[in-house]
Amino acid sequence: MKIVYTDSLVIGGGLAGLRIAIATKKRGFDTIVLSLVPAKRSHSAAAQGGMQASLGATIKGVGDDEDVHFGDTVKGSDWGCDQAVARMFVNTAPKAIRELSTWGVPWSRVQKGDRQVVVNAEKVTITENDEAHGLITARDFGGTKKWRTCYTADGTGHTMLYAVDNKAIEHEIPVHERKEAIALIHKDNVCYGAVVRDLITGELLAYVAKTTTIATGGYGRIYSVSTNAIICEGIGQAIAMETGVAALGNMEAVQFHPTAIVPVGILTTEGCRGDGGLLRDKDGYRFMPDYEPGKKELASRDVVSRRMTEHIRKGKGVPSRYGDHLWLDITILGKEHIDKNLREVKEICEYFLGIDPVKDYIPVRPTQHYSMGGLRTKPTGESPTLKGLFAAGEAACWDMHGFNRLGGNSVAETVVAGMIVGEYVADFCEENSVNIETGLVETFLKQEEKKIDELIANEGGENVYEIKSAMQKIMMDYVGIFRTGDDLEKAVKGLKELRKRSKNITIKNKIRSSNPELVEAIRVPKMLKLALCVAQGALLRTESRGAHSREDFTARDDKNWLKRTLTYWRNESDEMPEVEYEDLDIMTMEMPPGSRGYGTDNTVHHPDTAKRVAEVEEIKKANPKADRHELQHLLMPYDLPERLRGKNERVGRGFK
Amino acid sequence: MSENIEKGRILKISILRFNPQLKGDKPKMVTYELEEAPGMTIFIALNEIREKFDSSLQFDFVCRAGICGSCGMIINGQPDLACRALTSKYPSGEITLMPLPAFELIGDLSVNTGKFMRAMSERIGSWIHDQAMDEIDLTRLEEKMEPGLADKIYELERCVECGCCISACGTKRMREEFLGAAGFMRIARFHMDPRDKRTDDDIYEIIGDDDGIFGCMSLLGCEDYCPKDLPHQTQIAYLRRKMVNLR
Ligand SMILES: Cc1cc2nc3c(=O)[nH]c(=O)nc-3n(C[C@H](O)[C@H](O)[C@H](O)COP(=O)(O)OP(=O)(O)OC[C@H]3O[C@@H](n4cnc5c(N)ncnc54)[C@H](O)[C@@H]3O)c2cc1C
Repeated sequence: MKIVYTDSLVIGGGLAGLRIAIATKKRGFDTIVLSLVPAKRSHSAAAQGGMQASLGATIKGVGDDEDVHFGDTVKGSDWGCDQAVARMFVNTAPKAIRELSTWGVPWSRVQKGDRQVVVNAEKVTITENDEAHGLITARDFGGTKKWRTCYTADGTGHTMLYAVDNKAIEHEIPVHERKEAIALIHKDNVCYGAVVRDLITGELLAYVAKTTTIATGGYGRIYSVSTNAIICEGIGQAIAMETGVAALGNMEAVQFHPTAIVPVGILTTEGCRGDGGLLRDKDGYRFMPDYEPGKKELASRDVVSRRMTEHIRKGKGVPSRYGDHLWLDITILGKEHIDKNLREVKEICEYFLGIDPVKDYIPVRPTQHYSMGGLRTKPTGESPTLKGLFAAGEAACWDMHGFNRLGGNSVAETVVAGMIVGEYVADFCEENSVNIETGLVETFLKQEEKKIDELIANEGGENVYEIKSAMQKIMMDYVGIFRTGDDLEKAVKGLKELRKRSKNITIKNKIRSSNPELVEAIRVPKMLKLALCVAQGALLRTESRGAHSREDFTARDDKNWLKRTLTYWRNESDEMPEVEYEDLDIMTMEMPPGSRGYGTDNTVHHPDTAKRVAEVEEIKKANPKADRHELQHLLMPYDLPERLRGKNERVGRGFK
Repeated sequence: MSENIEKGRILKISILRFNPQLKGDKPKMVTYELEEAPGMTIFIALNEIREKFDSSLQFDFVCRAGICGSCGMIINGQPDLACRALTSKYPSGEITLMPLPAFELIGDLSVNTGKFMRAMSERIGSWIHDQAMDEIDLTRLEEKMEPGLADKIYELERCVECGCCISACGTKRMREEFLGAAGFMRIARFHMDPRDKRTDDDIYEIIGDDDGIFGCMSLLGCEDYCPKDLPHQTQIAYLRRKMVNLR
């Protein structure tokens, strides 16, 4: 029996995992990172458009600050987020980006003087301030009041991940690559590490640790077409839920990005529209202003994806052998801009579509993109029910995104949560020691060993690839952008059926060492559980909020549904997840529920909303001399690790 | 739908099969035949082969969008990223796939570039070296940088560590410890970055020998096969001139 001991075990070598690892290592704790792939190949590398932080250096960002970023994030979430967490986030994002700047990210910078940009299909000249010259610049993104998304061309995730991984190498943090966590070790509601399979040798190992952090990214690949990397299969979330103790939050909150290319689903960044790109239909007509006269193409992602789908349903899509699509037109931006700021997009168009986006329109369609749901945590990043288990990044439901995350807020979340949660993980390491008998570790190892033996021996006759694609198709067909009770019932029924069949998977290739079919056979039953959480959560939620849009329940219903879905899988023999709910307390919200400003507002309000609105007004009136920071604190106090509490400086404004 | 009836041509894909984990296994070429679909890439073809013909076939893909660098392999004799190689690019319909040489073989088309690249990063100190970094106050404005310089650094930072340059390197074949173009590019990137406080002499310590910049025989396989079109030749020449002038 091979046991590896460490203080801080981090499962996941993307931006979130690596940043947590650096935090704990810096505080002096032995740290190990596990990853399916070399850390620099994690999906974070594929982020293109940028990272939100309210630096306000570009002229189009002047006036931006934490308050504006907070407002956009809460609205974007359709009031589904945890506002205290959103506050922790917006206050730390400027520090995170500045830290990355010292670590080597070559953020694109402000160039003083005149510059031509495209806004609302027109070329306009903007003049950048002299004093901002050389500071980090930003571009426009959907659902934001200011230009706030900082970037390096359209390779932002790449430069961020390389900087953070290089930093981890400097700190001599080992990344155990090609290792897959397949179960968590736990007892009496405390987590002690993970059972891990070596993807080359097939050996099972136990990693025993004071803290275990799940930073395994999203679960997009339960859908057949997704912008996500093919390793984004949600195994981290699944093994946390399989403890029977930890809960997953808001799994039905799944985001569809408006502009992935057809048919393969590779993303073209929101930066295309942020920089002035337009959406057009089969007649070449720009349709978004008809639906959303205010923000047009730059409405929040969930809104644009729905409007595109509506427009296609009206017969305005471009027919193709892969179904109808729409056009993304960035020709208006010109060759120079595309070559410099949208070069990944250009490469993708050239290689996968054989077109030149300088001259040609890009065929696009809304496509699964982001998992708002994940392992439910407290603001410290720790599971409220399983001690010593933390989560960060896309794998977590820390809950700053609620039911729709804003573009650029996700890579920002990874590094911000890394900084914040990393400190809390280190605190936990400081305050606790591992008291665990090897007998327990052995039990968990044996159990996984046995499951794999059974998988290899099983002659039930089911093909794992068939089950997987049937699951992915069900999710596409019935749990997509627009949902109905009928479809969701079909989804749940179909998935339950598949789960039964998955108990009879037969693999043809019976070897224990590196074996891609065995990997699938281990993962697919776990993915089916996640898919059931998504489908069941969506079926029960009889309202529309953010990315969860029910055609049979079109209103946002704060009265009955201002709550977070929690799903548990308490026994392996259960057919379905157990669904519980956690209320969001309006009376503690800094920003009580209101309208997002898209379409007609048919929200069913909660009785507390009016009360809280009045209360907020009163607090404001009673404290006329309070500055914005003091007022914020009066409205909704929140905590941060001490080193992250400071106010952020902005050019021309100081620390105000 | 009439398109569905249309038959694609038959592709013949030959793959070097070898699993070092299996005792007694020997390398052999195996040919698979499958129908080409519109827009098919080698990524799609390999998955189809795995699902339909041989579930033990090993290969690595992650982003499948030409961004993460996982899927370098030798395609008809040339190193390239398999995810974005359209099968329609090969007029004869015959495609031969081999793992990248110069890396530890995991099995079939899967090689351990990760281990190699981590060692490369450790060897050259692939991070910003600045003693004062930890004292920087993150609440204050970041240090300014000329916009043009930031753009230039990004140009050199676009390496995805796919390993194509290492596989295409004639020098590497003769000198096992030769750093290779990915390493030089990384050095050039940090050398250009004013945030990295290493001096020219520090750089000399890392690359000033025959396993470093002086070993390069300028065969330029790196430049020819870099999927990201990085300016390897210019950067290697620049580093060499710089280092020669030092001593
Ligand atoms: C194409 C694309 C473009 C995007 N662009 C942007 C953008 O411009 N701005 C933005 O804010 N967001 C963007 N996003 C979202 C953002 O990139 C991701 O949400 C974010 O990078 C996730 O980071 P992470 O660290 O949480 O996870 P990841 O980077 O996905 O890393 C997960 C890690 O976990 C490991 N892992 C997984 N399972 C296991 C297991 N069982 N055992 C061991 N290791 C495991 C993996 O190997 C990997 O190292 C984009 C997303 C996509 C799909």
